Amino acid sequence: MRRFFFMRTAVGRGLMFGAGGVHLAVVGVLLMLHNRSIIVDTLSLGQATLVMLGVAAGAVALPERLSPDRGAQLAAGAVAGLAAAAPIALLAVAIGTIRLQSIFVALTPDLLKLLTSDLGLGWGSALLLGGGLLAGLIGAALRVCPPAIRSTLIAAVTAVILAGVFEELIQLMLQYEGPIGAVRDTLYVWNGLTPLGAVIVFVVAAAVHQAWAIFGRHRGTAPDEGQLRRQRMIRAGVALLVLAIMPVLAGAYIGQVLMLVGLYILMGMGLNLEVGLAGLLDLGFVAFFAVGAYTTALLTADSPHALLHLGFWMAMPVSVVLAVLVGVVFGLPVLGVRGDYLAVATMGLGEIVRVLVLSDFAAPLLGGAQGVLQIPKPRLGDVVLGSPVQLFYVTLVASGVAAFVAWRLENSRLGRAWMALRDDEDVAQALGINLVRSKLLAYGLGAAFAGLAGSIFATMLTSVYPSSFQLLISINVLALIIVGGMGSLPGVVLGSIVLIGLPELLREFGEYRYLFYGAALIVMMQWRPEGLWPSEVRRRELHAGETTAELDQGADLLPAEPR
Amino acid sequence: MSATAIDRGPWLTALARINAVDIVLWALRIGVLLVVVVGTINELIKDPYTAAQWFDFLMFGLTLGSIYAQIALGYTMVYGVLRLINFAHGDFMMCGAFAGYFVATPLENSGFLDTHPVAGMAAILAVAIVVSTTIALLTERIAYRPFRRAGGLAPLICAIGVSFFLEQTFRGMFGSDVKAYPSPSWQRSAFQFGSLQIPRVDALVIVLAVLFMGLLYLIVQRTRMGTAMRATSEDPEAAALMGIDVNKVVVFTFILGGAMAGIAGVFYAFVYKQVYFYMGFEPGVKAFGAAVLGGIGNIPGAMLGGFFLGLVESIGPSVFLDGLGIPAPYQLRDLIAFTLLIMVLIFRPQGLLGERMAKKRA
Repeated sequence: MRRFFFMRTAVGRGLMFGAGGVHLAVVGVLLMLHNRSIIVDTLSLGQATLVMLGVAAGAVALPERLSPDRGAQLAAGAVAGLAAAAPIALLAVAIGTIRLQSIFVALTPDLLKLLTSDLGLGWGSALLLGGGLLAGLIGAALRVCPPAIRSTLIAAVTAVILAGVFEELIQLMLQYEGPIGAVRDTLYVWNGLTPLGAVIVFVVAAAVHQAWAIFGRHRGTAPDEGQLRRQRMIRAGVALLVLAIMPVLAGAYIGQVLMLVGLYILMGMGLNLEVGLAGLLDLGFVAFFAVGAYTTALLTADSPHALLHLGFWMAMPVSVVLAVLVGVVFGLPVLGVRGDYLAVATMGLGEIVRVLVLSDFAAPLLGGAQGVLQIPKPRLGDVVLGSPVQLFYVTLVASGVAAFVAWRLENSRLGRAWMALRDDEDVAQALGINLVRSKLLAYGLGAAFAGLAGSIFATMLTSVYPSSFQLLISINVLALIIVGGMGSLPGVVLGSIVLIGLPELLREFGEYRYLFYGAALIVMMQWRPEGLWPSEVRRRELHAGETTAELDQGADLLPAEPR
Repeated sequence: MSATAIDRGPWLTALARINAVDIVLWALRIGVLLVVVVGTINELIKDPYTAAQWFDFLMFGLTLGSIYAQIALGYTMVYGVLRLINFAHGDFMMCGAFAGYFVATPLENSGFLDTHPVAGMAAILAVAIVVSTTIALLTERIAYRPFRRAGGLAPLICAIGVSFFLEQTFRGMFGSDVKAYPSPSWQRSAFQFGSLQIPRVDALVIVLAVLFMGLLYLIVQRTRMGTAMRATSEDPEAAALMGIDVNKVVVFTFILGGAMAGIAGVFYAFVYKQVYFYMGFEPGVKAFGAAVLGGIGNIPGAMLGGFFLGLVESIGPSVFLDGLGIPAPYQLRDLIAFTLLIMVLIFRPQGLLGERMAKKRA
């Protein structure tokens, strides 16, 4: 009887993963993933996703607190894997028998081929179900096996997947003659890993992981606080250095991507002051970005709309100052509006700005839908900073300066006032914090970052259009600081890389970007509201009152950080 | 004479307390008022429109308003029960419109919709209601239930996520193109009253929307579940102590709201003759404004707010924007709606009829 109860849990969880798989298929993500191969002609990212769904279902089939028994774990895993495969097999049968493509555009014959491994409906579905069972079993086995083996296997598989998915980038960076070129030729053929390459990556990653574990264990006692901090600083420094020399190694395309990431880091740090520190959920943030871009455009462009013909370096500070002014003006009327109403009010303000810029009413000044064209690139002496890589360094310097300012602000009197404001406005006021001043400074300083980003954006694109400044930008920025960790500077960087950089690198992802953003917002808010790289204060706040056991369970969902 | 504060008199003391923020807010009020008044007077002097044209604006405003009112009901009911701005509510409407599209198109192509308007409309609306209600219930169960009793920004951010997730799911499933909604022959003509005419679609939408809203009002006022819903919205804890199953009430609220959104989606699509994945956003935000305008949590208020917003949006551009000599005032229609939304949020967050909620929010 008790065993039967376990099975119901397993079937339920399995079906959830199956429903997720069906969603991915119907929306078209699965087929898109299928077009990116991990191991050439052997394994695509789409197939890997299907397998991982089964493995994940098996791994979570039976919570350990319900039954520590290994046999029950394995059985539940197999059942969950089967349950996860069932809806997907049903979908395959449905595509094969009914003409669904006239309604659901993604349910193409190609998708059917992927789902049934091109074996025909009967054998294909059988393979799906059998594979699901096996994957579930593997998932459960991973769960019950010793942690050392589990983490090594996960690390090795992750390495293979990363090496396959980012083959373009890695191949670009290995583009040399001699031994490096030979390594590349062994690992890769034109669009993915060779089977031999996959095995090599797997073995090397497993070995490195093992070595790391042994090396780490030999160091003896746990490091103290200062040591930890120093380690963290070193790691951050190395990451920054890699980021800084990456475009030189990998070329203009990566430079372009990283430059975009840099712009979003700038905006993220600005919105972070508003949302993360001061707790003012601002959905009209894009307005400040637009002010920065349009100011730079109108001050520098070689077009009839231009007011002056300054250089970029003159126009940039003006843009920032103007953005601050607009931020304050923007903040003034909504000073008394709180919480969720503030979000809607600021969104309305942002939309008003966009509608105005787009209208014929403002067209004589701002160029209407055609925008302002022919914005010159910045010059440094005689050098025109025209290439994406050069502009990336401009962005990097700007981000660095901005990060320093944001970091100092966070630990300043003002920063602490903002945090008090975020936690309880009434109490903050009772403690003598000037609400008007603090809030206006939050809007103004947040806007400064966005204005700077907008200014660089204008010169990057050499033209500005109203359609570049939609609500979606605000949502992008919000999503990245939430995924990274509200109120945390490294979180902003991580969030930008994950949410802006990755979709740019995996170009076909771009189409589904907002699907993932939406899912990320829901998932993060439910399971990890403090973000991937939370600030210390925030983590303590959000998990106050929880037992450490629950904290550990939450940490299991993410790859363990190397100590 | 000594220069102490006491000697200044009450009037001067009050004046001294006014700070920069008050001045800005007053300037904003006066500015908006000036635009409206000056624009209207100018327009009355110019008088470029005939009575029939004014009547057209009015009818269009009522049509839009009845749709906004239906959407606003969903916001207001969910807010009343959960204190959550269901940011995805506009997207429930989009789901209904899409579901209706996939019923209406084959019906139209086979000629059924032309020959059996009542049965055809009933089928379209029924499917739209079922789909949008199902999605509303799934959303509640998966995305919102874990946040029961949670405060702060997390539920709202999650709701924004749901909104994007739904939009992009529909985009992936049905493509990103704008699809033309079928327009059966009996919808295309208009009723004539002398020089005035009412397009049949408008008449249909207004009459049906009022009927459905009346039905909803009866359900909320007369049935046991409706009473439980009002009790929960008044005080969730006390309602739970009285033996009301709050979970059931929430589900019931999402059923009602989802159904209204589905109907509104079909109507919106019939009026604008198109569906696409992003169509729910704008009417959603505007209807939220309507709900706040009427006093959030207040059901008659939401209906009133919806009609008011529809009328302002359709008549506003031709009255005061045209009067100010602004080119192409119709482009700024959304500007009026958003300005109204912001003005309400800033100056009267309790809305026109919402005194009760005002105390709790303040």
